[in-house]
Amino acid sequence: MSSSVNVSGSLRRRMALSLVIGVTVLTVLLFFIIRLYATQIAQQSQDSILRASVTSMLDAAAIRDGEVAMDIPYSSFSMLSTPEDDRIFYVIYQDGDLLSGYDNLALPEVHSDGSVVFRSINFMDAPVRQVSASRVLSGLNTPVLITASVAQTQDNLAVTLRQITRNAAIIVAGFFLLAMLFSVWATSTAIAPLERLTHSIARRGPADLSPVARPVPSEMVPLVSSLNNLMQRLSRSLDQSEDFIAEAAHRVRTPIATVRSHAETTLQRVDKEENRRALRAMIRAIDETSRAAGQLLDHAMITLRASQLSAEEIDLVELMQEMVRSLNPIAEMKDIELRFQFDSRVYINGDPILIQNAVRNLIDNALKYSPAESVITITVRKNPKPSIVVNDHGPGFLHDEKTGLTDRFARGRNSSGTIGSGLGLTIASDVASAHNGSLTMDNNKEGGACVTLSF
Amino acid sequence: MLATFVQAIDFEEERLFKGNAGTITIRVLSSTDISVFAPTITGFLNTNPELNVEYLVVGSADINTLIRQSPEQYDIVISSAMDLQLKLVNDGYALQVDTIIHPEWAQWRQSLYGFTLEPAGIVINKQHFSNIKAPTSRQEMIEVLRENPDTFKGKIATYDVRQSGLGYLFATQDARDSETYWRLMEIMGSLDAKLYCCSGEMIDDLSTGDMAIAYNVLTSYASARADVADEIQWILPSDFSNVMMRTVLVSKQTEHRKSAIAFVRYLTSLAVGNPTAKEFALPSLRNAATQGSVISLEPGLMIFLDRLKRRTFLNEWESAIIQ
Repeated sequence: MSSSVNVSGSLRRRMALSLVIGVTVLTVLLFFIIRLYATQIAQQSQDSILRASVTSMLDAAAIRDGEVAMDIPYSSFSMLSTPEDDRIFYVIYQDGDLLSGYDNLALPEVHSDGSVVFRSINFMDAPVRQVSASRVLSGLNTPVLITASVAQTQDNLAVTLRQITRNAAIIVAGFFLLAMLFSVWATSTAIAPLERLTHSIARRGPADLSPVARPVPSEMVPLVSSLNNLMQRLSRSLDQSEDFIAEAAHRVRTPIATVRSHAETTLQRVDKEENRRALRAMIRAIDETSRAAGQLLDHAMITLRASQLSAEEIDLVELMQEMVRSLNPIAEMKDIELRFQFDSRVYINGDPILIQNAVRNLIDNALKYSPAESVITITVRKNPKPSIVVNDHGPGFLHDEKTGLTDRFARGRNSSGTIGSGLGLTIASDVASAHNGSLTMDNNKEGGACVTLSF
Repeated sequence: MLATFVQAIDFEEERLFKGNAGTITIRVLSSTDISVFAPTITGFLNTNPELNVEYLVVGSADINTLIRQSPEQYDIVISSAMDLQLKLVNDGYALQVDTIIHPEWAQWRQSLYGFTLEPAGIVINKQHFSNIKAPTSRQEMIEVLRENPDTFKGKIATYDVRQSGLGYLFATQDARDSETYWRLMEIMGSLDAKLYCCSGEMIDDLSTGDMAIAYNVLTSYASARADVADEIQWILPSDFSNVMMRTVLVSKQTEHRKSAIAFVRYLTSLAVGNPTAKEFALPSLRNAATQGSVISLEPGLMIFLDRLKRRTFLNEWESAIIQ
């Protein structure tokens, strides 16, 4: 039943992969964002202390006795203390002339509007953050521009950044793990309705073509509605086929029966020997046609029913008994005795119509090939497997053609002279495989065929 | 050429300490007297006999100048002027030694290591105070001087902060702590205070009776002088006293890095341990007599080295003490 499906990738894998890639990209991005942000904050805090330092230096500038005096407060430098003991450098200019400090510490362009200029440079072989500002003193005849600059090494900042980087890495790793767990959960949650649908369809009986009633997520609505649509069409088509076959059987059998009865009547009235011979050949041809048509329709019906086997518990003994009884009149016409035997009650799950049909074909065959005054035995067995065995005293099978006989329209070489369509064994074989059983053909030791239909 | 240049420097004291198998000589530039430091160097050479130590003594201000002129000439720098030492480190003259473990409060940048705790105090000549109650604080000292101007006129000693790096450090820290300092300086100035370069000379003149009272003297020097113990007495002011740390650093341009570091390691391990007087004649970091505030090794110390700040401070100081 499991027909092969072309597989291209996996929805689950594709979804998990996109989530993993997404999460990884986000994680890396997050790491750099956190780090960048933290770096900015750390740098801002250093900058704000440097700004306070340079401001307090400039505030201390005053003109005393005609010259610039600067009583720089202790805190101007002590506020720059860091756990890493960062070095500090400073320089003070008065109108471009060095007043105090490190004369080799270069000044950036500073406007006298009170704005503070920050920059990162290298000084004395170390990266430093430099802040510069200026202030106008107007105590003398002409205003004096005092420019001060303070620079601090970034050892502490580097340590802070290392800590931040480590913490960010830990946070981000945790985030990554959680996101991964979430991805796994999200993937299985998203796939779950699909799996539920698959299970509910797989669990269905072959005849269950009802639409899917369970609610499904909106994304699956087109698929499920297409599926429902398809099943509805299939159901309708199967119903139509069954109706058609039933209708066809009726429409074909009735005219043939009418033609045959006309031929029979005509035969009664005709006296001329050659005309009678022609009419007998005609009746014979009509019988053959009737039988072939019947078997063709049976075969079609069986193919239809076998593909959607509706299993119910059936009593094989009762079923067979009934059938043997119904076939008895035909057998008696040919002077053949139908003998039915069983050892115990046998119950199986199956389609009674199919089984009846299969066995009728086997008995038909036996009747056709058996000589008059012979016995056909129908046995129902429980062990080793539930099976029905039909024994006759006909010519039996030729050894080399046993297997090919179940093909459609195949007839044995020793069948010439007997009416037959070549479909009987095919039907029996199809019924057997629809029930997961088998049909075996053999010859009895004392002669005659032995056909076993086992389930 | 180089030798003559070195010779040209006028050291106050110099001595070559030879190890038993001395091959490498490390040069120590220090502001601490040889007599005080000799036991420590001897102890060091006992454990490192392959070394010699050339010990050169010069004032703390000169140390600063010498190192900045020719940093390659010296391996170790020891000074009592914490501010100048800190600035040397700040300006990149010191080697960063990551392998020495030292209390955080007694070191800066893993380069500068404090190894003593020495409070500044008042030292008096007992004879002059036979009838006068010895002062126990700055306020009492002001009162004593004010009430007995005739006794103390010309008999008050203190550092000339223009010359002495340590004197300047104590003075600036005093001025930071309290306004009392300036009142004290004014009254000392009005009584013709005599200015000294060093603690040692002040103690000499106190012991002979030439001086009656000295202010901001290293009490460690006073207590170390057993020969004058009968004549003088030292007092830690009860209001507050500044505690100085002698500091050591390895010159960045030393050619004997390992030996120099070994010396500093020996010195710092003595300082945090419980050394005997034979090993270490100075008050170690575990010295109990430190009820003052230890001057902390922080960049703030450099403020008073600023040209403008120094000029302002010295102007004020001069107008107080030189009248």
